[in-house]
Amino acid sequence: MSEQNNKSEYLVEVNDLKMYFPVKTGFMKTIPLKAVDGVSFTIKPGETLGLVGESGCGKTTVGRTLLRLYKPTGGEFRFNGELVTDKNITPLRKQMQMVFQDPYSSLNPRMTVEDIIGEPLDVHKLYSNRAERREKILHLMELVGLNAEHATRYAHEFSGGQRQRIGIARALAVDPKFIVCDEPVSALDVSIQAQVINMFEELQEKLGVAYLFIAHDLLVVHHISNRIAVMYLGRIVEIADADELNDHPIHPYTLSLLSAVPVPDPRTARKSQRIILEGDVPSPLRMPSGCPFRTRCRYATEQCANECPSLTDRGGGHMVACWNK
Amino acid sequence: MAQNFDIPAPTKNPMSLQLDPKKFEKATDEEKRQQDVMAESTTFFKDGMRRLMRNPLAIISIVLLLLVVATMVIAPAVVPYSYEQIITVNGKRDKRAANLKPFEYSQLEQQYMEETGEKLFPHIMGTDELCRDYFIRVVYGTRVSFIVGIFAALMVMIIGIIYGSISGYLGGKVDLIMMRIVDIIYSLPDLLIVILLAVVLKETLSQAKLGIFSKLGTNMMAMFIVFGVLYWVGMARLVRGQILTIKENEYVLAAKSIGAKNGRIIRRHILPNCISVIIISTAQQIPSAIFTESYLSFIGLGVQLPMPSLGSLANAARSGMQSYPWKLVFPAVMIVLIVLAMNLLGDAMRDAFDPKLKK
Amino acid sequence: MSTLSVEEKIRRNEENLILSVQDLHTSFFTDSGEVKAVNGVSFNLGKGKILGVVGESGSGKSVTAYSIMQILADTGRVVGGKILYKGRNLLDFSKKEMDAFRGDKCSIIFQDPMTSLNPVFTVGYQLNEALRLHTNYKTKEAATQRSIELLKMVGVNEPEKRIHQYPYEHSGGMRQRVMIAMALACEPDILIADEPTTALDVTIQAQILELMKDLQKQLGMAIILVTHDLGVIASMCDEIIVMYGGRVCERGTADDIFYNPCHEYTKGLLRSIPNVDNMKEKLVPISGTPINLLNMPKGCAFCPRCDNAMKICLEEVPPEMQMPDGHYASCWLNVKKQMEGVSADE
Repeated sequence: MSEQNNKSEYLVEVNDLKMYFPVKTGFMKTIPLKAVDGVSFTIKPGETLGLVGESGCGKTTVGRTLLRLYKPTGGEFRFNGELVTDKNITPLRKQMQMVFQDPYSSLNPRMTVEDIIGEPLDVHKLYSNRAERREKILHLMELVGLNAEHATRYAHEFSGGQRQRIGIARALAVDPKFIVCDEPVSALDVSIQAQVINMFEELQEKLGVAYLFIAHDLLVVHHISNRIAVMYLGRIVEIADADELNDHPIHPYTLSLLSAVPVPDPRTARKSQRIILEGDVPSPLRMPSGCPFRTRCRYATEQCANECPSLTDRGGGHMVACWNK
Repeated sequence: MAQNFDIPAPTKNPMSLQLDPKKFEKATDEEKRQQDVMAESTTFFKDGMRRLMRNPLAIISIVLLLLVVATMVIAPAVVPYSYEQIITVNGKRDKRAANLKPFEYSQLEQQYMEETGEKLFPHIMGTDELCRDYFIRVVYGTRVSFIVGIFAALMVMIIGIIYGSISGYLGGKVDLIMMRIVDIIYSLPDLLIVILLAVVLKETLSQAKLGIFSKLGTNMMAMFIVFGVLYWVGMARLVRGQILTIKENEYVLAAKSIGAKNGRIIRRHILPNCISVIIISTAQQIPSAIFTESYLSFIGLGVQLPMPSLGSLANAARSGMQSYPWKLVFPAVMIVLIVLAMNLLGDAMRDAFDPKLKK
Repeated sequence: MSTLSVEEKIRRNEENLILSVQDLHTSFFTDSGEVKAVNGVSFNLGKGKILGVVGESGSGKSVTAYSIMQILADTGRVVGGKILYKGRNLLDFSKKEMDAFRGDKCSIIFQDPMTSLNPVFTVGYQLNEALRLHTNYKTKEAATQRSIELLKMVGVNEPEKRIHQYPYEHSGGMRQRVMIAMALACEPDILIADEPTTALDVTIQAQILELMKDLQKQLGMAIILVTHDLGVIASMCDEIIVMYGGRVCERGTADDIFYNPCHEYTKGLLRSIPNVDNMKEKLVPISGTPINLLNMPKGCAFCPRCDNAMKICLEEVPPEMQMPDGHYASCWLNVKKQMEGVSADE
């Protein structure tokens, strides 16, 4: 990779990222579905940014757009100071990788573990002979805690947790600096989730890789992240340090999200007063005017309907997009 | 609250058991690992084969088809008659050996056997009106039907895979246009096209050198072309549908995020995952091709005489149906057996290999 | 342990009990052999109680629920045990009786409401059907009236409009509400909820859980809540069963399970989930891989993953034992503790 002069302290800089999907509404008629509508954030090397939100809020789309699995409608993404475009994405794929949500559909059932983990090596030609390829694969399997004897087995013979480890090994094969983790533990059993979360943390310590950790489980995100961004209908409504966000949430959506999380503790659960949000998330095809959250917000005023608030710093990098709080 | 749990569990009071304190020592990791062995490694193919072999209908079909194939291969070498020759006894053509019943000998043959004491090979299915051994004709007819069926199915498969995978993978406008072409071909009446092509191709093909295919005749070649031109559309649609679903799988996205090129994704990720569906559908295509061949031959558009096919044999037998019913029965039974066995096998393969039906 | 006979205890408890499952065994007969999905499960459900069944995939929690309703897949069969509803064994019911039981006495809601609603009929039509089949609302008008009432009860806004809509026109949360309305149509004694909120978002999940709690208070039915989410269990349930590998590990009140777990699996599970208190620490995961039902250990199902497994755990299935605080656990370590306690007394 060419050394750039404009090297910044951030590994990942996303600025006003927009991703609209055309949706057919009739014959030859399409309207844009604004899955991601002006998202900006930064990630430092070796840092974890958690991205939480409900289904359909666009968090997965953000991850996939960063890796150019979709071509963004607008905005820019700088990786290591370098603007990512269609042209330079192929070499950059060696530094950015992705771990997927579903450990069942993210591994090709007709390939052996060895071939799955070896595929990035094949694509980028990262070995000189078969022996080196095999050695690298076995090293990766060991790194994620897989038994090397199982290299020739097919993915369907493994349990969910082991499959997710295979997926992580595949992402690590190219020795990336940044991994987008798209709900990597939500499909796993409770008793396995902790194993995988721990592994993500250990790998970060060992390899210094940065994560964009996408999830809907606030407790998991809080545990693994340095900072957390909360998304609602294609926009980031609040972004802050993990503890700060948990202890002093400001945006009404973050508040209700936090209070809706079922706490595995009966006494706390009995005591706590939940803020139950009324109604459903509006369809992203019929977005409310102004602030997207105003239809479910108790504090909504006229200003909210007219103008969409942008993120403002409330001290110490705690950014909130709300008129009233 | 706790009172609801007051029913004792069905297990015995543990204190009444004779327990050895040694058993309460900590278990070693080794001992624990023995409990936690991974199941025997099976590939998808092995697993499917195991299920296929458990299906009695599949076994019967396979045995039946093997018998038919064996007969097709061995019979011409064993039976001393040829499909196009009048029965010849001692160098003399036996003109009175027409329309013999199964296992019946003509007068000339009986005479010869009495004279020499040599036993002649029996006419297992009798003879036809031109004094040819019927059994060998049915065997050759089966051969033709088989070859047509398999070739047609293969042709359909190859064209269908290429067309379908391009259309399905690229999607968008390309897919739209390619699928409209498929729709147009679907709407053509196939029988009409066969007849038209047969007539047109007869002229053009008769001048061309056809090599081994020349024996099959221009009608047959026309039929291949028709299969190639018309019947791949079903396969193309199937492959496209498969690819559209497989394309949505996260492992395809994963391959893209790694940086794999389209060709690699189709080859390594998409085709291997729809190959079972393709093979099953091809297996199911064979009997339908045989059937088509038979009815085309029956209406006189099939293979060229004197080469028999099951359909043309049945057609020829139609005239003497009341006097010599077996001449119709033998080729008809053969068609039914082959088509039934292939259909059953195709269904059994679908049940065994289609992951959607897999629990 | 007390000396009362089993029969006497059952008689004493009968008035409070609505459902009693005793030593239930359910197996699936697949190509690869018999899968013992439920392997000796016993529990009781009191009138008007919320019972949580918690376990990971393959623990047999859903199969237990389906066994009660007898809606197992074709390959599945209850092979042993009893399911007593008000003292009568459901397994002896005729098909007709069972249909009546499923319609009137016991209802079930599933994880994905889309698969349990027929997409080609309107919501109102499907509700009416259920009402006219199983209740006294026989005329169309009465049934429609009742449908609207029910939808209002489960918090569907504009029910008059909603009954004319098809399932796909509703959001996931609304569909689950409709499913609950349908399940409540016949005012059942027992409502089985099989992962009712797993497919929903947190904020919608909170709505549905709140609704279920309210309805339970209002109507006084008993709920069996099957889930993998310890958070959901903690906020909802009076009593909890923890299942692993087709067996009950531990059963007791919510407080017993969360504050005094006596089974290594429960302990491990509670340690492994991120909590407000352990944010700064490393999680303590349960090692190993989930159980393979085709290849079950001889002894305790959890022993290959248990850090404190003993030799006996590998050999024999642990018996269920009552803990000092009254809840039950099946773990050899408790037996060991008791034995040591006995010998210390001597």
